[in-house]
Amino acid sequence: MAGQTKTRPGTRKVSRAGKKAKATTASRSKAQSGVQAVKDLTIKVCMGTGGLAAGSQDVIDEFAAQLRVCGITADIVKKCVNKTGCRGFCAKDVLVEITLDGETAVYQLVTPDKVSRIVQEHILGGDPVEQWLVGPEYHAFHDKQTKILLKQCGQIDPEDINAYIEIGGYEGVKKALSQTPFEVIEEVKSSGLRGRGGAGFPTGLKWEFCSMSSEAVRYIICNADEGDPGAFMDRAIIEGNPHSVLEGMIIGGYAIGAKEGYIYIRAEYPLAVGRLEIAIEQAKKRGFLGKNVLRSGYDFEIRIKQGAGAFVCGEASALMRSIEGKRGMPRAKLWRSAVKGLWDKPTVLNNVETFANIPLIILNGAEWYRGFGTERSTGTKVFALTGKMKNTGLIEVPMGMTLREMIFDIGGGMTGKNTLKAVQTGGPSGGCIPARHLDLPVDFDSLASVGSMMGSGSMVVVDQTTCMVDLAKFFITFTQHESCGKCVPCRIGTKRMLETLTRITEGRGREDDIDLLIELGNDIKNASLCGLGQSAPNPILSTIEFFREEYEAHIKYGRCPANVCKSLRQYLISPEACKMCGKCSRVCPSGAIKWEPRHTAELDKTKCVKCGACYDACPFNAIM
Amino acid sequence: MIEKKCQKILNTYHTENGSVISILQDMQEVFGYIREDAVEWFSAKLNIPASSFFGVATFYSQFYLKPRGKNIVTACCGTACHVKGSEAIINRMRADLAVAVGEDTTADGQFTLETVACVGACSIAPVVIVNKKIFGGVTPEKSSGILKDYEKNSKG
Repeated sequence: MAGQTKTRPGTRKVSRAGKKAKATTASRSKAQSGVQAVKDLTIKVCMGTGGLAAGSQDVIDEFAAQLRVCGITADIVKKCVNKTGCRGFCAKDVLVEITLDGETAVYQLVTPDKVSRIVQEHILGGDPVEQWLVGPEYHAFHDKQTKILLKQCGQIDPEDINAYIEIGGYEGVKKALSQTPFEVIEEVKSSGLRGRGGAGFPTGLKWEFCSMSSEAVRYIICNADEGDPGAFMDRAIIEGNPHSVLEGMIIGGYAIGAKEGYIYIRAEYPLAVGRLEIAIEQAKKRGFLGKNVLRSGYDFEIRIKQGAGAFVCGEASALMRSIEGKRGMPRAKLWRSAVKGLWDKPTVLNNVETFANIPLIILNGAEWYRGFGTERSTGTKVFALTGKMKNTGLIEVPMGMTLREMIFDIGGGMTGKNTLKAVQTGGPSGGCIPARHLDLPVDFDSLASVGSMMGSGSMVVVDQTTCMVDLAKFFITFTQHESCGKCVPCRIGTKRMLETLTRITEGRGREDDIDLLIELGNDIKNASLCGLGQSAPNPILSTIEFFREEYEAHIKYGRCPANVCKSLRQYLISPEACKMCGKCSRVCPSGAIKWEPRHTAELDKTKCVKCGACYDACPFNAIM
Repeated sequence: MIEKKCQKILNTYHTENGSVISILQDMQEVFGYIREDAVEWFSAKLNIPASSFFGVATFYSQFYLKPRGKNIVTACCGTACHVKGSEAIINRMRADLAVAVGEDTTADGQFTLETVACVGACSIAPVVIVNKKIFGGVTPEKSSGILKDYEKNSKG
């Protein structure tokens, strides 16, 4: 059945592509002789979420169809056309890497209609299509990175276990199983690996606590509930190299003595869920999972639990309640999860990226791993670089690299003429770092020293067109909405903060609002039950610290320096630009816009509530 | 009618602990939303109070207690999308679809417009998803075009 559905669109494409091929009969004979050469061909098409959104499925189908038209048999096509995970450089998707007789070329912004020429000129003719190749920014983007985790993402087929095994996959499990659990934990401890989920707790220590438990039933959980808006590292790792996460979990499970593992993953990541399911199935068949793993006598199973859309479930104890099928509410930290976690049994919970590091540490040794990064933050870190920059995407750098290097050398600087104003790190739990701190080395401790945090690794670059008060409001709106409501400081405190920020952005701010926000913020941080509340005020406190003048401009002068806050704008309808469609009048909630068919709209300023609905609704930019 | 479908869901999960969320997820997949009669059916079968099901269903943003439109339009409001102007896109789409204030589904049941915290496609922000198809680099103008295509398709 599955085979049928796959071939149907394919055959349709062949016939369509067949017509094109007739036009180039001259190259037909060349094509026939090209079959031989094609054996040394690999085509890798980027098919992460970014790639798929840019149309990579159509591109890969077109490549297969075009090659078949050239008389290359289906099984060779299948062998040399590969889908891969994300290469990180999503700004230029669809990326296609073609290796022909040992020479590699990468194309950017590939669309199905470009495929035919690439096949004819490059694959059959041997001359790459220069104008579509990646430019210097692609190389600048990659050269400054140190890829150990992402090395294979974008290289191997994530849906094929053999591809992972060929590059040394599952060797880490073999090595770990030949050691005692104690030795495995010691290796992880001495690597200095700190949890990549945000707090940076030493992974080896966590494992050690759990392994010392007297309880026989233990669990290991992979936290793939990547809820931070602006973060997609974990998604990319799972989509690009799911087996590395499974391997890390198997080693971890063996080290702490767990027979069952769970991967708690967001339902918003359907592609990642699908690839994990395939990976688990393949690992079972190969004996890496299930009873008696690699005949070592160790049993280990992994189950997938899909989250249901609650940010707080990224918090350990809430996540465990959610796996138990309950409302995901955190509990007081009277005991560690390593003592009482899932179903009150000792549990280790690590993040996706943490697990992906484990096989590398076991295989190459702690010494090798400590060679990357700084003394207190070892290894590399994957960041999601987004916002108003040229080269947005996923990067991996050693801990301790400066923000400036990441944004300007790798990210290629800002788009347009705007200058960098701040970098928001750590999502709703982190803070905004102003431009003057760009030379800050990025590691767990230095980010905390400026009131931000590593978080999971999101990095959103903002320029002069972003209002910091509005950005703070954006985050508190998010945390307020996601607060589970169990403890008062978070539930009511974030609500009061949101109200205060709302009135500031609407020009109704009071003199003492800034002090109120600082006082509230510190109280919420000190008194909340879980990490969500304890970090929720960070975006506000850090923007007040570094951009206090923007708050003051809103409160004292009723002015938004970035011209973002709608209530502080004045609206006008340009009679020249107005096309009399009446859309503005229909969306206006206060009836301030008068409009009749075939008449330009008129705005009654006394009735206008400055909501901006008309501005957004106007298709002709007639509202200013 | 409901029983048959519910039984099918139950068969997948009856052995596992903590399956309330999984059952609700499947229920939504089958019926499109969380049906009260289906919850009561499971409640009686599994001896779990219906309140536990509703407690979970109202806690997680993934669950819907009302039927949804034929086409699901999801606008991402993540940080990257926010700084690149997702709010203007959402407002434009609300206006284009004429979704009533306080509602998320159009009166004719063709479209449901919803927002999501982040879909993790930040590098191609702002992002709009229609029926699981992802559109990157959306502007208010583009969003109007995307909706028009779907409007045509659902009418034709």
